[in-house]
Amino acid sequence: MSTPIIEILNISKRYRLGQFGMSSFREESEKWLQKLRGKAPKDNSDSSNRDFWALRDVSFSVQPGEVVGIIGRNGAGKSTLLKILSRITEPTSGEVILRGKVASLLEVGTGFHPELSGRDNIFLNGAILGMKRAEIAAKFDEIVAFAEIDTFVDTPVKRYSSGMYVKLAFAVAAHLEPDILIVDEVLAVGDAAFQKKCVAKMGEVSGQGRTVLFVSHNVGLISELCRSAVLLEHGSIVYRGDVTKAIELYTNQTGASEQFTRPDTGNKTSGTGPHICSVKISNIEGGTLIHTSGGYNVHIEADRGVPYLGALIRIRNHTGLAVQYFNTAFQGDDDSCDNTSPSKFALAVPKAGLPPGHYVLDAELWLPEGRVDGVDGACRFEVNDGYFDGRQANLFVGKCTTLTPHRWNSEK
Amino acid sequence: MTSPPPEINQSKAHAIEIRIRPRSNWMLLDWRSLVDYRDLIYLLVRRDFVSKYKQTILGPAWAVVTPIVTAVVFAFVFGRVLGVETDGVPPQLFYLCGLLGWNYFNQTLSATSNTLRGNYHLFSKVYFPRLAVPLALTLSNLVAAAVQLVTFSGVFAFAVLSNPAITARPTWAALALPFLFLHLGTLALGGGLFLSAITAKYRDFQQIAPFMLNLLMYVTPVIYPISKIPEKWQWLAAINPVSAIIEGFRSVLLGTPGFNLTHYALSIAVTGVVFIIGVGLYQKLARDFVDYA
Repeated sequence: MSTPIIEILNISKRYRLGQFGMSSFREESEKWLQKLRGKAPKDNSDSSNRDFWALRDVSFSVQPGEVVGIIGRNGAGKSTLLKILSRITEPTSGEVILRGKVASLLEVGTGFHPELSGRDNIFLNGAILGMKRAEIAAKFDEIVAFAEIDTFVDTPVKRYSSGMYVKLAFAVAAHLEPDILIVDEVLAVGDAAFQKKCVAKMGEVSGQGRTVLFVSHNVGLISELCRSAVLLEHGSIVYRGDVTKAIELYTNQTGASEQFTRPDTGNKTSGTGPHICSVKISNIEGGTLIHTSGGYNVHIEADRGVPYLGALIRIRNHTGLAVQYFNTAFQGDDDSCDNTSPSKFALAVPKAGLPPGHYVLDAELWLPEGRVDGVDGACRFEVNDGYFDGRQANLFVGKCTTLTPHRWNSEK
Repeated sequence: MTSPPPEINQSKAHAIEIRIRPRSNWMLLDWRSLVDYRDLIYLLVRRDFVSKYKQTILGPAWAVVTPIVTAVVFAFVFGRVLGVETDGVPPQLFYLCGLLGWNYFNQTLSATSNTLRGNYHLFSKVYFPRLAVPLALTLSNLVAAAVQLVTFSGVFAFAVLSNPAITARPTWAALALPFLFLHLGTLALGGGLFLSAITAKYRDFQQIAPFMLNLLMYVTPVIYPISKIPEKWQWLAAINPVSAIIEGFRSVLLGTPGFNLTHYALSIAVTGVVFIIGVGLYQKLARDFVDYA
């Protein structure tokens, strides 16, 4: 094996929770005063509770030409790792050795200035990403062609459509020629055709023998582009090696740790009615990876059955808005509910139809007289990226709250 | 032809090795990386300059108009109304010359003092030497200062030609103007970096800074000559590093007698200290800021 191009040696990163500002000004001056009086500042006791280790003792190395995917759930430390490798922030301890020119893309279009023309922004953005003016000039035509903006090169970018803006930004980034390329989830931009182009470009970059570190939630993309992967969990490496194995572990991990059950609610709510003792959401196969076009099941269990007990389920998106609502009282033709004394309810949704993102599930138990128990936020789950009827589901994020099967036709 | 410096050969040979360690020497100014990113600095200067005057009707002419109007108003208020003496120089010229230095200092310091807050988004997404942004601001303000210098020369020439009674003349020391600008720029940049670092941490300074800068103009001999300061308050002018530079501008351009070498040497020393502290604090805060803001 040759010398690794990236060596990460026991890096840890601590964040202090709490405010950066006036509140710490008071603390700092107190500490400072204590120091002046010759006392050792009392530390650790209270401040260590507020510490948060985003990364702990992470070590791995990457060989030249390797394309490594970095996967892990939200909060696993992926972004922190990328920020350290990109030199945006420094590790609290440990060391990183990078043997080559690094370019990192944590976002497309960083530093774009709306008043400047496309041409000026290509140069400015390129320079911010570490290119020399001569390099940019040499690639200028290629960048413009890739971005498909040739007639608008001299228009200020504030007049660009958001699609054009993103294309231009990606085009600049795609033409960087570093030894090490660090890419965060920036490929989820533009229309489907442009995305394909971006993915192809990524493949091309890695084909040229460059080293690429690539972070994404999109497991499909990772397995397509990378041969090996690093799986992070709670700031530590769980697995480093073959990409298929890493994805398998990742998928199981999300199943195991996101156990959507809530066992003890009984004593918390008053009243004599039955109480919810567990709520569980899963995909059709019983796993917890919910896909936008896949289905899901919800199981609610009450501590005892009573006649005419009913259940209600509400799915809320990250803004708190209820996007789906289910109630056993709203009977449909295919429902099969036994009203004698039910204590277990099962809901089957054949197609989730939710844009990728985080969701919260509320569950309630009802009797004809009224509500007897409820658990808001009983489950929290994530709907993964993917395709909904062949359409890139993440394109709908922020545009609408549900996806529904549809078909377009156009005529002359 | 001289051979290229050895560093260039090294980087071509892929000998680049970046080590990322905790708390790496933030007090030191990394000249090498600034030189590597000189193209970025150039493009940032261009961006600052272009975006400042984009969509304004007069464009860069604003750099001509504002000091002239200010000088005329000052000449009326301080010259005619209050009768402030101006070392025997016509008040308009006196103020225009003082403002040449003061405006550059003021604009550079104000602009750079917002670097951290204003560029958080950029700094949290991509690495480049953090000093590139304030340095570019200092340089782009230099362009406006050059426009002002040309304006001043024009007004000066016109005044001398139309009124032979004006005896004020530039001296040979005017050749030291680039040095005066460098000195002033370094001081403004150092002060701006210092302010930028503390405003990043304690937002109150965002309110205080413009206010203090306003007051600073009154304790700096911009609208009056240093010779008008009573003897027992002269030390105040001496510890204010801007004073000596502004007097310097007037001495070399108008031949006024206010220049004091001791004051000037002191100003250089203070500038050095301000710059070193400013750069150090700024580089330290630039890092912490990304983590905590």
